[in-house]
Amino acid sequence: MKFGVLVFPGSNCDQDCAHAIKDVLKKSVTYIWHQDTDLKGLDCVILPGGFSYGDYLRTAAIARFSPVMKSVTGFARKGGTVIGICNGFQILLEAGLLPGVMLRNRDLHFICRYVYIRTENNDTRFTGLYNAGQILKIPIAHNEGNYYIDAAGLKELKGNNQIVFRYCSAAGEADEQSNPNGALDNIAGIINKKGNVLGMMPHPERSCERELGSRDGYFIFQSIIKWLEKRRVW
Amino acid sequence: MLKAEINISLKRTVADPQGLTIKHALESLGYKGLADVRMGKSVVIRLNLKDKKKAEEEINGMCKKLLANPIIEDYHFKISKA
Repeated sequence: MKFGVLVFPGSNCDQDCAHAIKDVLKKSVTYIWHQDTDLKGLDCVILPGGFSYGDYLRTAAIARFSPVMKSVTGFARKGGTVIGICNGFQILLEAGLLPGVMLRNRDLHFICRYVYIRTENNDTRFTGLYNAGQILKIPIAHNEGNYYIDAAGLKELKGNNQIVFRYCSAAGEADEQSNPNGALDNIAGIINKKGNVLGMMPHPERSCERELGSRDGYFIFQSIIKWLEKRRVW
Repeated sequence: MLKAEINISLKRTVADPQGLTIKHALESLGYKGLADVRMGKSVVIRLNLKDKKKAEEEINGMCKKLLANPIIEDYHFKISKA
Protein backbone atom coordinates (compact mmCIF):
# COMPACT_ATOMS: atom_id res chain seq x y z
CA MET A 1 0.00 0.00 0.00
CA LYS A 2 1.47 3.30 -1.07
CA PHE A 3 0.56 6.86 -0.13
CA GLY A 4 1.71 9.89 -2.08
CA VAL A 5 1.93 13.45 -0.84
CA LEU A 6 1.84 16.16 -3.49
CA VAL A 7 4.32 18.99 -3.10
CA PHE A 8 3.57 22.38 -4.64
CA PRO A 9 5.80 25.41 -4.26
CA GLY A 10 4.49 26.78 -0.98
CA SER A 11 3.11 23.54 0.46
CA ASN A 12 4.11 23.40 4.11
CA CYS A 13 2.25 20.46 5.60
CA ASP A 14 3.72 17.91 3.20
CA GLN A 15 6.28 16.67 5.72
CA ASP A 16 3.70 16.49 8.50
CA CYS A 17 1.53 14.29 6.27
CA ALA A 18 4.44 12.07 5.30
CA HIS A 19 5.48 11.81 8.97
CA ALA A 20 1.98 10.74 9.99
CA ILE A 21 1.82 8.06 7.30
CA LYS A 22 5.38 6.77 7.65
CA ASP A 23 6.20 7.12 11.34
CA VAL A 24 2.80 6.88 12.97
CA LEU A 25 0.79 4.63 10.66
CA LYS A 26 3.84 2.73 9.39
CA LYS A 27 2.91 2.77 5.73
CA SER A 28 5.00 3.60 2.71
CA VAL A 29 4.84 7.17 1.48
CA THR A 30 6.42 9.11 -1.34
CA TYR A 31 6.50 12.77 -2.33
CA ILE A 32 5.18 13.77 -5.73
CA TRP A 33 6.54 17.06 -7.08
CA HIS A 34 3.90 19.23 -8.74
CA GLN A 35 5.63 18.94 -12.11
CA ASP A 36 5.58 15.16 -12.10
CA THR A 37 2.75 13.46 -13.91
CA ASP A 38 3.47 9.88 -12.88
CA LEU A 39 1.56 8.82 -9.79
CA LYS A 40 3.68 5.67 -9.55
CA GLY A 41 0.91 3.24 -8.74
CA LEU A 42 -0.24 5.05 -5.60
CA ASP A 43 -3.24 3.87 -3.62
CA CYS A 44 -3.98 7.20 -1.99
CA VAL A 45 -3.06 10.76 -2.94
CA ILE A 46 -2.79 13.42 -0.23
CA LEU A 47 -2.97 17.11 -1.12
CA PRO A 48 -1.36 18.80 1.88
CA GLY A 49 -1.92 22.19 3.44
CA GLY A 50 0.16 25.26 2.86
CA PHE A 51 0.17 28.27 0.58
CA SER A 52 0.65 26.86 -2.88
CA TYR A 53 1.99 29.58 -5.18
CA GLY A 54 1.79 32.04 -2.32
CA ASP A 55 -2.01 32.05 -2.55
CA TYR A 56 -1.53 34.46 -5.47
CA LEU A 57 -4.69 35.47 -7.33
CA ARG A 58 -6.92 33.23 -5.17
CA THR A 59 -6.02 30.36 -2.90
CA ALA A 60 -5.27 27.32 -5.05
CA ALA A 61 -6.11 29.10 -8.32
CA ILE A 62 -2.71 28.43 -9.82
CA ALA A 63 -1.94 25.07 -8.21
CA ARG A 64 -4.87 23.47 -9.97
CA PHE A 65 -3.07 23.98 -13.29
CA SER A 66 0.11 22.23 -12.11
CA PRO A 67 0.98 19.28 -14.36
CA VAL A 68 0.38 16.78 -11.54
CA MET A 69 -3.24 17.85 -11.20
CA LYS A 70 -4.13 16.31 -14.56
CA SER A 71 -2.96 12.95 -13.28
CA VAL A 72 -4.73 13.45 -9.96
CA THR A 73 -7.95 14.28 -11.78
CA GLY A 74 -7.64 11.13 -13.88
CA PHE A 75 -6.87 9.10 -10.75
CA ALA A 76 -9.91 10.52 -8.98
CA ARG A 77 -12.20 9.95 -11.96
CA LYS A 78 -11.17 6.30 -11.91
CA GLY A 79 -12.16 6.03 -8.27
CA GLY A 80 -8.73 6.50 -6.68
CA THR A 81 -8.63 7.66 -3.07
CA VAL A 82 -7.84 11.37 -2.77
CA ILE A 83 -7.77 13.49 0.38
CA GLY A 84 -7.19 17.23 0.37
CA ILE A 85 -6.40 18.97 3.66
CA CYS A 86 -6.69 22.72 4.10
CA ASN A 87 -4.96 24.21 1.04
CA GLY A 88 -5.34 20.73 -0.48
CA PHE A 89 -9.11 21.05 -0.02
CA GLN A 90 -8.98 24.46 -1.68
CA ILE A 91 -7.11 22.94 -4.63
CA LEU A 92 -9.74 20.20 -5.00
CA LEU A 93 -12.42 22.90 -5.11
CA GLU A 94 -10.61 25.00 -7.72
CA ALA A 95 -9.95 21.87 -9.77
CA GLY A 96 -13.65 21.02 -9.73
CA LEU A 97 -13.11 17.66 -8.02
CA LEU A 98 -15.33 18.90 -5.20
CA PRO A 99 -18.14 21.46 -5.45
CA GLY A 100 -18.14 24.96 -3.93
CA VAL A 101 -15.49 27.55 -3.06
CA MET A 102 -13.67 29.05 -0.09
CA LEU A 103 -14.12 32.67 0.90
CA ARG A 104 -12.03 34.59 3.41
CA ASN A 105 -12.81 33.81 7.02
CA ARG A 106 -15.79 35.76 8.32
CA ASP A 107 -13.66 37.83 10.70
CA LEU A 108 -10.76 38.26 8.26
CA HIS A 109 -8.35 36.55 10.65
CA PHE A 110 -6.00 33.70 10.09
CA ILE A 111 -7.23 31.16 12.63
CA CYS A 112 -4.86 28.60 14.13
CA ARG A 113 -6.36 26.61 16.98
CA TYR A 114 -8.13 23.45 17.99
CA VAL A 115 -11.79 23.14 17.01
CA TYR A 116 -14.38 20.43 17.41
CA ILE A 117 -15.98 18.77 14.42
CA ARG A 118 -18.81 16.28 14.26
CA THR A 119 -18.67 13.23 12.04
CA GLU A 120 -21.79 13.58 9.91
CA ASN A 121 -21.12 10.67 7.63
CA ASN A 122 -19.16 7.65 8.85
CA ASP A 123 -20.10 5.54 5.87
CA THR A 124 -17.09 6.61 3.81
CA ARG A 125 -13.66 5.16 3.21
CA PHE A 126 -12.21 8.08 5.18
CA THR A 127 -14.38 7.87 8.28
CA GLY A 128 -15.30 4.21 8.61
CA LEU A 129 -13.62 3.88 11.99
CA TYR A 130 -15.54 6.73 13.61
CA ASN A 131 -18.92 6.38 15.22
CA ALA A 132 -21.83 8.23 13.67
CA GLY A 133 -21.87 11.72 15.19
CA GLN A 134 -18.47 11.27 16.84
CA ILE A 135 -16.92 14.55 17.96
CA LEU A 136 -13.29 15.10 17.06
CA LYS A 137 -10.85 17.60 18.49
CA ILE A 138 -8.64 18.63 15.63
CA PRO A 139 -6.68 21.79 14.70
CA ILE A 140 -7.42 24.28 11.93
CA ALA A 141 -4.96 26.81 10.48
CA HIS A 142 -6.31 28.90 7.65
CA ASN A 143 -7.39 32.27 6.34
CA GLU A 144 -9.83 31.03 3.70
CA GLY A 145 -12.01 28.34 5.21
CA ASN A 146 -15.35 30.04 4.83
CA TYR A 147 -16.99 27.41 2.67
CA TYR A 148 -19.61 28.64 0.23
CA ILE A 149 -21.92 27.00 -2.26
CA ASP A 150 -25.19 28.17 -3.79
CA ALA A 151 -28.54 26.99 -2.44
CA ALA A 152 -28.97 24.33 -5.10
CA GLY A 153 -25.47 23.01 -4.42
CA LEU A 154 -26.08 22.85 -0.68
CA LYS A 155 -29.29 20.97 -1.24
CA GLU A 156 -27.43 18.46 -3.36
CA LEU A 157 -24.68 18.04 -0.75
CA LYS A 158 -27.27 17.36 1.91
CA GLY A 159 -29.34 15.08 -0.30
CA ASN A 160 -26.35 12.90 -1.14
CA ASN A 161 -25.00 12.89 2.40
CA GLN A 162 -21.81 14.57 1.15
CA ILE A 163 -21.22 16.70 4.23
CA VAL A 164 -18.74 14.62 6.22
CA PHE A 165 -17.74 17.06 9.00
CA ARG A 166 -19.37 20.08 10.61
CA TYR A 167 -17.81 22.50 13.10
CA CYS A 168 -19.47 22.05 16.46
CA SER A 169 -19.17 22.78 20.18
CA ALA A 170 -17.40 20.42 22.56
CA ALA A 171 -20.82 18.97 23.26
CA GLY A 172 -21.46 18.42 19.56
CA GLU A 173 -23.79 21.25 18.70
CA ALA A 174 -23.22 22.70 15.25
CA ASP A 175 -24.22 26.26 16.11
CA GLU A 176 -23.05 29.72 15.07
CA GLN A 177 -20.71 30.16 18.07
CA SER A 178 -18.78 27.04 17.23
CA ASN A 179 -18.36 28.06 13.60
CA PRO A 180 -14.82 29.48 13.47
CA ASN A 181 -14.80 30.92 9.97
CA GLY A 182 -18.37 31.52 8.84
CA ALA A 183 -18.53 28.37 6.69
CA LEU A 184 -21.98 27.77 5.27
CA ASP A 185 -23.95 25.33 7.41
CA ASN A 186 -20.82 24.83 9.58
CA ILE A 187 -19.27 22.72 6.82
CA ALA A 188 -15.72 21.57 7.66
CA GLY A 189 -15.38 18.71 5.20
CA ILE A 190 -17.17 17.27 2.18
CA ILE A 191 -16.89 14.28 -0.07
CA ASN A 192 -17.67 13.91 -3.78
CA LYS A 193 -20.73 12.02 -4.93
CA LYS A 194 -18.75 8.92 -5.75
CA GLY A 195 -17.23 8.89 -2.28
CA ASN A 196 -13.55 8.69 -3.22
CA VAL A 197 -12.49 12.34 -2.83
CA LEU A 198 -12.56 14.06 0.57
CA GLY A 199 -11.72 17.68 1.31
CA MET A 200 -11.43 19.01 4.85
CA MET A 201 -10.13 22.21 6.43
CA PRO A 202 -9.01 20.70 9.77
CA HIS A 203 -5.62 18.97 9.90
CA PRO A 204 -5.80 15.25 10.75
CA GLU A 205 -2.05 14.89 10.17
CA ARG A 206 -1.45 17.28 13.07
CA SER A 207 -3.58 15.23 15.39
CA CYS A 208 -2.26 11.71 15.02
CA GLU A 209 -0.19 11.55 18.18
CA ARG A 210 -1.04 12.09 21.82
CA GLU A 211 2.05 14.27 22.25
CA LEU A 212 0.47 16.81 19.92
CA GLY A 213 -2.65 17.18 22.01
CA SER A 214 -5.08 14.98 20.12
CA ARG A 215 -5.11 11.70 18.34
CA ASP A 216 -8.52 12.17 16.77
CA GLY A 217 -7.18 12.67 13.25
CA TYR A 218 -5.31 9.36 13.28
CA PHE A 219 -8.43 7.40 12.43
CA ILE A 220 -8.95 9.21 9.14
CA PHE A 221 -5.76 7.66 7.83
CA GLN A 222 -6.41 4.41 9.63
CA SER A 223 -9.88 4.27 8.03
CA ILE A 224 -8.31 4.75 4.59
CA ILE A 225 -5.80 1.98 5.30
CA LYS A 226 -8.47 -0.38 6.47
CA TRP A 227 -10.59 0.41 3.43
CA LEU A 228 -7.69 -0.07 1.04
CA GLU A 229 -6.83 -3.38 2.65
CA LYS A 230 -10.35 -4.58 2.02
CA ARG A 231 -10.56 -2.92 -1.40
CA ARG A 232 -14.23 -2.36 -1.06
CA VAL A 233 -15.75 -1.67 -4.44
CA TRP A 234 -18.00 1.38 -4.72
CA MET B 1 -0.22 46.78 -28.69
CA LEU B 2 -3.41 46.61 -26.66
CA LYS B 3 -4.01 46.96 -22.97
CA ALA B 4 -6.70 45.09 -21.05
CA GLU B 5 -7.81 46.37 -17.66
CA ILE B 6 -9.68 43.65 -15.85
CA ASN B 7 -11.72 44.17 -12.74
CA ILE B 8 -12.74 41.19 -10.64
CA SER B 9 -15.15 41.44 -7.75
CA LEU B 10 -17.30 39.18 -5.62
CA LYS B 11 -20.84 38.66 -6.86
CA ARG B 12 -23.54 40.71 -5.17
CA THR B 13 -24.98 37.55 -3.66
CA VAL B 14 -21.69 36.66 -1.95
CA ALA B 15 -20.80 38.25 1.39
CA ASP B 16 -17.72 40.47 1.20
CA PRO B 17 -16.18 40.77 4.69
CA GLN B 18 -13.33 42.97 3.42
CA GLY B 19 -15.76 45.44 1.89
CA LEU B 20 -17.81 45.45 5.06
CA THR B 21 -14.75 46.14 7.23
CA ILE B 22 -13.71 49.00 4.94
CA LYS B 23 -17.23 50.40 5.17
CA HIS B 24 -17.08 50.34 8.98
CA ALA B 25 -13.67 52.04 8.92
CA LEU B 26 -14.91 54.77 6.58
CA GLU B 27 -17.93 55.32 8.78
CA SER B 28 -15.73 55.63 11.86
CA LEU B 29 -13.83 58.36 9.98
CA GLY B 30 -17.07 60.27 9.74
CA TYR B 31 -18.13 59.44 6.18
CA LYS B 32 -21.88 59.12 6.26
CA GLY B 33 -24.27 57.82 3.67
CA LEU B 34 -22.27 54.83 2.47
CA ALA B 35 -24.73 52.36 1.04
CA ASP B 36 -22.26 49.62 0.32
CA VAL B 37 -18.52 48.96 -0.14
CA ARG B 38 -17.28 46.13 -2.32
CA MET B 39 -13.64 45.13 -2.59
CA GLY B 40 -12.20 43.76 -5.80
CA LYS B 41 -8.95 43.28 -7.63
CA SER B 42 -7.58 44.61 -10.84
CA VAL B 43 -5.31 42.94 -13.37
CA VAL B 44 -3.67 44.84 -16.22
CA ILE B 45 -2.45 42.84 -19.19
CA ARG B 46 -0.64 44.22 -22.19
CA LEU B 47 -1.13 42.15 -25.29
CA ASN B 48 0.98 41.85 -28.41
CA LEU B 49 -2.15 42.01 -30.50
CA LYS B 50 -3.71 44.53 -32.83
CA ASP B 51 -7.13 43.03 -33.31
CA LYS B 52 -9.44 44.20 -30.54
CA LYS B 53 -11.93 41.44 -31.14
CA LYS B 54 -9.28 38.75 -30.83
CA ALA B 55 -8.01 40.40 -27.66
CA GLU B 56 -11.51 40.38 -26.17
CA GLU B 57 -11.84 36.69 -26.90
CA GLU B 58 -8.50 35.92 -25.29
CA ILE B 59 -9.14 37.98 -22.19
CA ASN B 60 -12.56 36.46 -21.79
CA GLY B 61 -11.02 33.00 -21.90
CA MET B 62 -8.33 33.97 -19.38
CA CYS B 63 -10.94 35.31 -16.99
CA LYS B 64 -13.04 32.19 -17.23
CA LYS B 65 -10.16 29.75 -16.92
CA LEU B 66 -7.96 31.38 -14.33
CA LEU B 67 -8.40 34.99 -13.33
CA ALA B 68 -11.89 34.77 -11.85
CA ASN B 69 -13.79 32.00 -10.15
CA PRO B 70 -17.21 32.16 -11.81
CA ILE B 71 -18.92 30.58 -8.79
CA ILE B 72 -18.32 33.65 -6.63
CA GLU B 73 -16.80 36.33 -8.83
CA ASP B 74 -17.86 38.62 -11.66
CA TYR B 75 -15.40 40.25 -14.00
CA HIS B 76 -15.44 43.20 -16.37
CA PHE B 77 -12.73 44.41 -18.67
CA LYS B 78 -11.89 47.28 -20.91
CA ILE B 79 -9.52 47.04 -23.84
CA SER B 80 -7.73 50.08 -25.11
CA LYS B 81 -4.62 51.03 -27.10
CA ALA B 82 -1.53 50.63 -24.94
